[in-house]
Amino acid sequence: LAAYPTAAFEAKTIADLMKALGAGAPVESKDVTVTAPDIAENGAVVPVGASTSLPGAKRLLLLVEKNPSVLSAAFDVNEFVEPSFTTRVKMGQSSNVLAVALMADGRVLYAQKEVKVTLGGCGG
Amino acid sequence: MRIRAQAAGDKTTVRVLMSHEMETGLRKDPAGKTIPAWFIQEVTAQLNGKPVLTAEWGPSVSKNPFLQFIVKGAKAGDKIAVTWRDNRGETRTDEATVS
Repeated sequence: LAAYPTAAFEAKTIADLMKALGAGAPVESKDVTVTAPDIAENGAVVPVGASTSLPGAKRLLLLVEKNPSVLSAAFDVNEFVEPSFTTRVKMGQSSNVLAVALMADGRVLYAQKEVKVTLGGCGG
Repeated sequence: MRIRAQAAGDKTTVRVLMSHEMETGLRKDPAGKTIPAWFIQEVTAQLNGKPVLTAEWGPSVSKNPFLQFIVKGAKAGDKIAVTWRDNRGETRTDEATVS
């Protein structure tokens, strides 16, 4: 198994994250979908999902732009799974949530959605 | 870990609930001391022993994490195993049967 990508999970901004991953600038795409609620009453548990309808994705990422570290989760895409993953994340404040698809041809595509948080998830 | 794997045609939806604190390392205890980070870093899944999923997580995944993914080509009776490993090196594996 590959080593844990510490630098990527410590990146404070999307630009730093892309640098840590050796990826280019992300481009918005209709073929990538982010699922997230409009309003999260509890920032400690926000259901979020990333998926893409495009073939050729090798990795899907879930990002919370205003969290202390932007990257929440990274999923490898292979021939055995659909490029569609759902989990729950903590959000410290209202923020854009992004689904990013790293494509095998080097393209970096994303979709984003603003989630309003009424109770932050970092104070416990 | 609670794992539910349900087949519909050639796609099997797997839902997993893990039991873990997912401590960020940013919170302080009442005495003002930082609570050390403790979170799941890697989640993998196997279908009948064959690796099908690898995911890497940071500490911002919620406490007692939920994960849903869709496996291709599994059928009823197949075994889905899910393993997590946290930043302390502890691991846990549980298995479920596709229904």
